[in-house]
Order: sequence, then C-alpha cells, then structure tokens
Amino acid sequence: MALLDVNNLSISFGGLRAVDNFNITIEKGELYGLIGPNGAGKTTVFNLLTGVYKPNEGIIRLDGDDITRKSTIEINHAGIARTFQNIRLFRNMSVIDNVKVGLAEKFKYSALEGMLHVGKYRKVEKEMDYEAMSLLKVFDLDGSRDVLAANLPYGKQRKLEIARAMATGPKLLLLDEPAAGMNPNETKELMDTIALVRREFDMTILLIEHDMKLVSGICEKLTVLNFGRVLCQGETKEVLSNPEVITAYLGE
Amino acid sequence: MSKTQKSNFITYGIVIAAYIILEVLMLTGNLSSHLKGLLVPMTYYAVIAVALNLCVGILGELSIGHCGFMCLGAFSSAFFSRATEQIIPTVPRFLMAFIIGIAVAALFGFLIGIPVLRLKGDYLAIVTLAFGEIIKNVINSFYIGIDSKGLHFTMKSAMDLNMEKDGDIIINGAMGITGTPHNANFTIGIVVLLISLFIVQNLVNSRDGRAIMAIRDNYIAAEATGINVTGYKMMAFTISAAIAGAAGVLFSHNITTLTASSQYFGYNASIMILVYVVLGGIGNIRGSVIAACILYMLPEMLRGLNTYRMLIYSIVLIIMMIVNWSPKVIAWRKKTFGGLNLISILTGKKKGVA
Repeated sequence: MALLDVNNLSISFGGLRAVDNFNITIEKGELYGLIGPNGAGKTTVFNLLTGVYKPNEGIIRLDGDDITRKSTIEINHAGIARTFQNIRLFRNMSVIDNVKVGLAEKFKYSALEGMLHVGKYRKVEKEMDYEAMSLLKVFDLDGSRDVLAANLPYGKQRKLEIARAMATGPKLLLLDEPAAGMNPNETKELMDTIALVRREFDMTILLIEHDMKLVSGICEKLTVLNFGRVLCQGETKEVLSNPEVITAYLGE
Repeated sequence: MSKTQKSNFITYGIVIAAYIILEVLMLTGNLSSHLKGLLVPMTYYAVIAVALNLCVGILGELSIGHCGFMCLGAFSSAFFSRATEQIIPTVPRFLMAFIIGIAVAALFGFLIGIPVLRLKGDYLAIVTLAFGEIIKNVINSFYIGIDSKGLHFTMKSAMDLNMEKDGDIIINGAMGITGTPHNANFTIGIVVLLISLFIVQNLVNSRDGRAIMAIRDNYIAAEATGINVTGYKMMAFTISAAIAGAAGVLFSHNITTLTASSQYFGYNASIMILVYVVLGGIGNIRGSVIAACILYMLPEMLRGLNTYRMLIYSIVLIIMMIVNWSPKVIAWRKKTFGGLNLISILTGKKKGVA
C-alpha cells in the first residue's frame, strides 16, 4: 500500500481551478519532487494535503486512512509535517524551544503540572531536552540551542524548520522550496541534510523545488504541474527529458 | 540552575527585597500614611500587569478590557464577603473570596474568549474593549439584597428589590458595595503577586507555555506543528482573566465603597495597565511588575506638585520608553555598563514581540 495516495484532487478559487484532477502516489521511503512554473499550484497542493484548504473534490489517503477533510492539526497528528516557502519559525523562541514545540504531542504532562512545575514536569522536560538535543545534533544545530531562532543565519533557519517538522514524528515530510534564496554552497549542504534525514529517519519526502540541480540530484520521481494540472509524472530522468516538460517549464 | 530559572529567582528576589524594605520602613515609622495606603494598590496593579502581560506579551493578543475581569473578581468576591461577613470567620472567608473572585473572572474570561479569540489584532482589541465596558455597565445596574426570605435581585432600582425590613442591600446599583471587610493588606498583596509570578513564569517554561508563544510567533506554523491554536489561546486568556480576578479581590477588600466606576474599571484604567506592560517590556514579566510599581507610585507621590504632576508623569513615560526600547540606548547601555548591570537585572532580558 502506498504511503500517500491522492485521487482526483481539485479546488477552485472563484472561477479559477487552481488544482485540477491532481493524482499522486508516493511509496514509503521515496523522495518525490513536485515541480512546475510559478503559479502552477504546487503550494496549493501542499495546502490541500495539510488541510489549510479543503478540496472541492478528491480523496487524500495517508497510510490507508482518509484524511481528506481533516484539520491541519489532525493531519499533523496523523503524520504529515511540513516546512514553508517563506520560513515560518517561532522567531522569538530559542532553537531548542522551537523543536520542543514540535515534540509537545509526544511528551505530555498536564497544564497544572506545567504551571506548578510539579509531578511529571521535571522528568518529561528532561526527556524532551534529550530528544530535542539529539534531533538538533542530526541537523548540526546543537551548538546554537539557546540562540533565538530569528538570529540564526538563513541556512540554519531552513534546517531548524526541518528539524521542527521532524520533531512531530511524521510519516511524510513536505518541503516547500527548501532551497529558495540559498547560494550554491548552502544548496549543496541542504541536499546533504535532506539525504541525511532520509537515512537517519527512513523518511518519505515530497518536495517542491525550482533548483533543478537539487531536483535532478536527489529526487527519484517527479510530478510536473502546469496550470493546476499534472503535465507529466514518473522517474526523474524520463520526466526531465519529456519534450512537453521542457517547453512548459525547463525551456529549450 | 538554568538561565531561565536564575532569571525567575531574581524576579522573586526583587519582589521579596522590596517587600522587606517597605515593611522595615513601615515598622520604623518612616512611611507616611499616604504612602502606606498606596502599597496594596501597588501590589494589585502589579498583579494585573502580570495578567495582562500573559495576554499581550506571551499570547500576543492585545486586550484592552482587562479591567473588566478585575471588576468581576472585585464584585463577586466583595459580594461574597459582605454576604457572609457574620457567618464565616475571616481567614476561611477571605480565602473563599479569592477562590470565588478568581473563578468568576476565569469563567467570564473563558466565555468572552469564545467569540473574542476568533478575531485577530485590532479587531480583538476593540472587542475586548467593548466587553470591558459592558461588564462595568452591567454591574452598575445590579441591585442585590438579602433578607430573611433569601436573595433578591433586580436591575431596576433598590426599591424594586421589595425587601423585608431586616433586609440588607449588598449591591446597590451604581453606588456599588459598601462596607466590604478590609481583609487585604500589603503582605497578602505581595503573596498574591508572588503566586501569580510563579504561575506565569512557570507556564512560560512549560509545554503549554511554549505552545502559547508559538501561536504568538506564527500561528500558521503552530497549527502545522500540531498545536491546538484555539485551545491554547483560550487557556492563556482564561488564566490571564483569572489572575486579573485575583487583583480584583485585593482591590475590593482594600476599599470601603466599591463602585464599578470608569476611574477604576473603565477604558482608561485598562489602557493604564497596558502602559505598564508595554513600558515594562512586552513579554517581560519582571519588567511589567517594576513598571507597574513605578508608574503607579509616581503620580501619587507627585501629588504635591499639583499642576505639573501629569506633565512629569508623561515625561517619565517617554524616558522609560526610550531607555527600554530605543535600539541606540540599548546598545549604549550594553557598551557602558557591560553585560551585568542594574538596569538589565531590573528589566530582565528583552523578549519583544517585534
């Protein structure tokens, strides 16, 4: 059974069919790319998958469960975590606290215990700290645990956003233009990070990206969107050599 | 001991030190009766500043109706204390008055939060303002009395209560509640302040507090991270209202005639508390306590200067604003005084919402 199975997903804003009859099947462990020109509906697909928008038609199945009309929060708990095109960190919180927000669903104590710092508070916080630090270590952020997220350099902010998404313990990770605004060195580092996430956590990843070097370098399969419709789907090499894709997106 | 723990203990230390100094001054007879009378108000304004900072600084929602919750806490607890003055001994009665004042304020915080927290930014501020005024004006038209037949309630006039001769009008419309026992004193005020500081500072360093601050910083990302945005907003708002209610209990048990007047519970009073929070540092709990104390005491102590009083007060506001918020002055402070200095200890680390 596929991890993510999307069938006939459509949404209209007024008269505009932003996403039309979108289908995608992602197997567990795959690194899948979603590409297409600006305004093709890529981010809208992400917003549909994460419940920000409710689709007009179609079914989204995660691991066999129908998550189509669930709220963003429920979908996160069901196992989809995401990052954003324009970084959305908790800017005035420290790096470790950003990750601990993501861990909140896994490590629990009551609000009263939290307010009085009694009972399970100390033990659970310690476990949280440990888990958060081991996650930060993977992303090489453990050195800046007490730095405010807003004060991190750009590349590290991107990493932290991925770390926070990973902290929620997802089955599927959605990355929305992770390399946007990065120089070639940072992009290279990001590719290593994504490869690392896959290896360490055995993660299934769907990413939107414009950087073709990154896409052709790490994605195994691609879906090309154009005007809200799927233009082409399949193995990366085949898709990128498809003449339709070349005229619509890549250019001669 | 971690950095935040240290910072929390400094806050408690400052409050306790201030308490000891003032108590010593009082015992040695160095405090005028005018100043003595200002001590309890100072504590309850500090308490409500903590409450509002939870709402504005930690949750990031601008509420300008917090005096409404203080009003609810004040009236519900004063009503209870007046009604049971002859029946229950002082200590348990005052304790129960606290529980009632806090519970009523929290309940209304919750109920008002349901519609209000669906809004954002300016709209939320406007609606909280409206609710603050509504609470004050509704309480102004309450008439409640007790006689041998039980409780009487009307919203028309004292005559319409139709009381027996032995009846006792407890809430008399716009004339409010008279004769609430004076149970509040400076020590109790400080204890309430310490407890509210303890709760809010602990909350900030807990799972729920982090969720609340995450909503403040970016609610879209918070939702995508699995945070129940509405639930945590309600939680923070309700706790904030409850603490404001506790301030109200101190208020009503320190005043002979409690009226729901604009002077104490109106829009201006709410703005004044917002000024404490903003100048003390949004999200900076310790700063707001210090700002509340200074800015409450200052105009009272300047009463001798009559006409110039408000002029000096406004100049002080501007100076505090510059010292606390101007980037150049902050840089100058760091350069001149280095890392550890009195101002940074007093105002705490900046955690602005910018």
